[in-house]
Amino acid sequence: MLLKFLENDKESQWVLIALLAVTLIIPVCNLIFSAGSVFYFSAYTVSLIGKYLTFALLALSLDLVWGYCGILVLGQGAFFALGGYAMGMYLMRQIGDRGVYGDPLLPDFMVFLDWKELPWFWSGFDVFPFAMLMVFVVPGALAFVFGWLTFRSRVTGVYLSIISQAMTYALLLAFFRNEMGFGGNNGLTDFKDILGFNLQSDVVRAILLMCTGMALITGFLVSRWIVRTRLGRVVTAIRDQESRVRFLGYRVEMYKLWVFVFSAMLAGLAGALYVPQVGIINPSEFSPLISLEIVVWVAVGGRGSLYGAIIGAIIVNYGKTVMTGLFPEVWLFTLGAVFILVTIFMPDGLVGLWKRKTQENV
Amino acid sequence: MINNAKEPVLNRYQSFSFMNRTPVSDKKLDVSHKTVLYMEDVSVSFDGFKALNNLSLYIDDGELRCLIGPNGAGKTTLMDVITGKTRPDSGSVYFGQSIDLLQMDEPAIAQAGICRKFQKPSVFENLTVFENLELSMKAHKGAWITLFATLTGEQRDRIDEVLEIIGITSLRGQLAGILSHGQKQWLEIGMLLIQEPRVMLVDEPVAGMTHQEIDRTAELLLSLQGKHSVVVVEHDMEFVRSIAKKVTVLHEGSVLTEGTMDEVQNDPRVIQVYLGE
Repeated sequence: MLLKFLENDKESQWVLIALLAVTLIIPVCNLIFSAGSVFYFSAYTVSLIGKYLTFALLALSLDLVWGYCGILVLGQGAFFALGGYAMGMYLMRQIGDRGVYGDPLLPDFMVFLDWKELPWFWSGFDVFPFAMLMVFVVPGALAFVFGWLTFRSRVTGVYLSIISQAMTYALLLAFFRNEMGFGGNNGLTDFKDILGFNLQSDVVRAILLMCTGMALITGFLVSRWIVRTRLGRVVTAIRDQESRVRFLGYRVEMYKLWVFVFSAMLAGLAGALYVPQVGIINPSEFSPLISLEIVVWVAVGGRGSLYGAIIGAIIVNYGKTVMTGLFPEVWLFTLGAVFILVTIFMPDGLVGLWKRKTQENV
Repeated sequence: MINNAKEPVLNRYQSFSFMNRTPVSDKKLDVSHKTVLYMEDVSVSFDGFKALNNLSLYIDDGELRCLIGPNGAGKTTLMDVITGKTRPDSGSVYFGQSIDLLQMDEPAIAQAGICRKFQKPSVFENLTVFENLELSMKAHKGAWITLFATLTGEQRDRIDEVLEIIGITSLRGQLAGILSHGQKQWLEIGMLLIQEPRVMLVDEPVAGMTHQEIDRTAELLLSLQGKHSVVVVEHDMEFVRSIAKKVTVLHEGSVLTEGTMDEVQNDPRVIQVYLGE
């Protein structure tokens, strides 16, 4: 049925099948086969793949605003981090009195700072559904306010990119501060349970990977549906000729806002899935460098195709894992070089390269 | 209708006007005086250069009006003012008796029924011809509504009808980017038609067209009068002559003269403006 939905779109079908395979096979093999078997995937592999999939979801969210709406957001990492913090706050409250200081209510870092009571914005995060709601609401609200102000003032192009970068940098500085109440420099870590299940156990890790895979597949299908509605066509038209769309009677700022908020929520979800799998969230996720990296993932994969973003995110991150293992100091140079080469030689990314090749064969 | 303009604080629709700078006019178009567009004493200046200088212009309902004038006479600026792209420094612009266009932004003006074709053909090159028309169609233009919008059979027929009129039915599934210059011009005219506007502002419709295409364009524009008011800006005098009943000549940002093509062409001031001292 899903494949039927993707009719006439071979590439999307393949990506979907690959994702389904990864989501189902790896966790199951991890659980069934024991170490030493050829089919065994280690816990390390499971969490690594899980991380890649959250990055793929993040890249997908950027492709929606950048590839389809033409808004080059250099602060997409901020929404990812906010979603991550919302999840992190839930996981912190799950620790309960098992922290180093054994306080039943306050997380360790608050006891350490000699705080007497829980700040108001931490209340409610012990309830899982509320925390999940915040995973979407907080990034969405930030995107709404930011988008409302900038799109209405018709800030576009490089100016918007720079402002979005400033936004994530400002959040980075704010979250570094202990007084903010988010654990400052160290962020939130030492998580124990999720929904009462031990985060370190193989089964929970396997299920987290499955959830991530399902979230990515759902995000992919929903995004793909959106870009094929009339709204998607208006958004594409805005990317190509913004002022012309206005003269057709469309409120361009509302469309941009819609896509931007949706994309921020998707990024927030990615962040929320990322945190329990890597076990920590700290302010470095807000750093502009991370947001720039997301742009490189999408550029490498090929923007404006959705599945390209997924492929790009996975390939670049795999490269990063390999490279930082072999030559840790040259990774950033490699990343920069990749970005320059991609921009010059394959402006449509790997997807563009593939399309050109298949067209030549026809 | 109570006029609260003098007491803005008492008008709850006005006190937060900074939040809602550009309301869509809910007033009905009133053309009881036969005039659909009023421009009175409109002035626009860019860095001291007066693009429009106390210009006054009235367009009748259903009329086909041609605007001519040398480069820099203010023709495009005039269209920018009507469609909300440029705010005049002074003067007033009304759509019918009641709708104040200076209070509205571009989308509101377009939704009210004033549509524009640009000098440079600006179709959406990454969408198909059909999709270009679909987006231009008169419909609800809110984001949530377009997310779930589907075409009714009636709307499909309307698009096909317009494709027929502009003569590119065979290209309906092609990307607009591959069309020839003339075909893009036609597609853009189609995008105007499908909006069913009350007023069409058409900037240089025949630039880059072949003779045959020009003749067909003239025919099309002539067939529109009565149903729509059409304002055409064009440099091609032969074309203007073939369609115009009434011609307005602009010069240095104001109206130099108005009349039939013959009257205008024999006006010594017009000759002077075009041929120089």
